[in-house]
Amino acid sequence: MQPTLDLQNVTIAYHGKIALHRASLQLSPGTICGLVGMNGAGKSTLFKAIMGFVKPDEGQVLVNGLPVKSAQKRSQIAYVPQSEDVDWNFPVNVEDVVMMGRYGYMNWLRSPKPSDRAIVHESLARVELSDLCDRQIGELSGGQKKRAFFARALAQQSPVLLLDEPFAGVDIKTEKLMINLLMDLRDAGHTILISTHDLSSITTFCDQVVLINRSILAYGETSEVFTEENLSRTFGGSMQGLKGG
Amino acid sequence: MELLLIPDLLAPLQHEFMLKAIAVSALVGLVCSALSCYMTLKGWALMGDAVSHAVMPGVVVAYLLSIPLAIGAFVFGVGSVAAIGFIQSKTRIKEDTVIGVVFTGLFALGLVMVSKTKSTIDLPHILFGNVLGISDGDIIQTVVISVITLSVLALLRKDLVLFCFDSTHARSIGLNTGLLHYVLLSLLSLTAVAGLQTVGVILVVAMLVTPGATAYLLTDQFDRMVWIAMASGVFSSVVGTYLSYFIDGSTGGCIVVLQTLLFCVAMVVAPKYGLLATRSARKAPIEPPPTPNSGGFE
Ligand SMILES: Nc1ncnc2c1ncn2[C@@H]1O[C@H](COP(=O)(O)OP(=O)(O)OP(=O)(O)O)[C@@H](O)[C@H]1O
Ligand SMILES: [Mg+2]
Repeated sequence: MQPTLDLQNVTIAYHGKIALHRASLQLSPGTICGLVGMNGAGKSTLFKAIMGFVKPDEGQVLVNGLPVKSAQKRSQIAYVPQSEDVDWNFPVNVEDVVMMGRYGYMNWLRSPKPSDRAIVHESLARVELSDLCDRQIGELSGGQKKRAFFARALAQQSPVLLLDEPFAGVDIKTEKLMINLLMDLRDAGHTILISTHDLSSITTFCDQVVLINRSILAYGETSEVFTEENLSRTFGGSMQGLKGG
Repeated sequence: MELLLIPDLLAPLQHEFMLKAIAVSALVGLVCSALSCYMTLKGWALMGDAVSHAVMPGVVVAYLLSIPLAIGAFVFGVGSVAAIGFIQSKTRIKEDTVIGVVFTGLFALGLVMVSKTKSTIDLPHILFGNVLGISDGDIIQTVVISVITLSVLALLRKDLVLFCFDSTHARSIGLNTGLLHYVLLSLLSLTAVAGLQTVGVILVVAMLVTPGATAYLLTDQFDRMVWIAMASGVFSSVVGTYLSYFIDGSTGGCIVVLQTLLFCVAMVVAPKYGLLATRSARKAPIEPPPTPNSGGFE
């Protein structure tokens, strides 16, 4: 089976300093893959490389066999960055923001069809933000903002979903909710790559794990890769009890 | 009293030049205001100032080559922006400083050029506008610029809004953000030329910023913001031009003073972000939370 997300020997350097060395990764449809590593390990860099926001010094990325640019234009890939670099005082409300996730499906005037509105409302309902859909985007709490942008990614209905630390700053209940949504998407055949520092939840929902520290240290089924030994290699030194409960 | 006043008030409308001036100012007000929403949201006030000043040498060159003013101005407007981008990426100097250097430099060059070609160009008209004496050629040019700008803004509205709000997402759905950036800057150069006819180089930036700023205080919805900005821009242009006839004063000055007054009014009375609203909000009784809060920490 052709992998949905195919990274081949991707190397990224910032000002000549290598942040990611020869990363290769093949994810098939219906997979949730956790991306684990310490601060500065290159997780966000890996996401940016997949999105084409930083140019690889070598290697390439294919999404469903397509170069990333064409995949993006065909709504094949959705990305939620670690922190949103948006103008929080912009005159748009939560619903407008989620609607932006539908632009890829609209004509070039971007006029929404009733089906687009339905999907937007459904996505908002799934992250339990329906009540706040008229709020100006900056008037949400930090966790609610995270949920709004998560809803936008849901509305994109892309086969590949890239989530850079979606759980940072959200409460436990919301994290559970998001995990359940991700598992539903996985069962529907989506491919999800997700970075997180919440190691305790990895085993509950990730089928595969990538351990990363400037290069991919280990990659495979969670049960095989997510071991005490591999983790201490990833985080350096002995990390007893890192996996948590 | 009133019977006497009405014919007096209508007097300016009997002059063809006044009708033309009012129509052109209204159109320029409309176009500049529409664009001003993007300028305010993108924080490009200084860029607007830069471009409007930098078009000066372009205007002179266009006169000398006897090609349409707009073309010369457009080339220099876009050129100045490219120069700003280039210098910023190649040196360690901050953007606002680079903008300051480039636009004053080009403006100064324009001044020198005008002073050496005095016979053909009227400097005050460039600096302060001359809508009461606008030529038919300039009217056609303004109409062409307006049609182009309004069409582009209408067709690309959603993409431009997305680009201003969240350019990362715009890129991630495959939009060409570099292109959108240059579309906005090109429109800025074009409208700067249109505004130059009415209010002159010095005040163009007000046309390109103030209506958007006024509207931004009044609403949280982008579409409404555009309508409010355009309404305030057209109102100021029409009334300002009309008023300048009576007081026999600077037309550009009257238009911009009116725009600024509208801004001040909005700043005080805006329903959510006005000074009065924020004051009364502070005085209003504080609503207790629905359930007793048991140590909610984030
Ligand atoms: N724009 C940049 N310019 C230069 N160096 C950068 C840039 N972005 C990241 N780096 C460096 O690249 C390395 C990887 O950064 P990256 O953001 O990918 O880490 P991360 O794994 O996402 O960390 P975190 O868990 O803190 O989010 C770090 O050493 C960082 O300092
Ligand atoms: Mg990161």
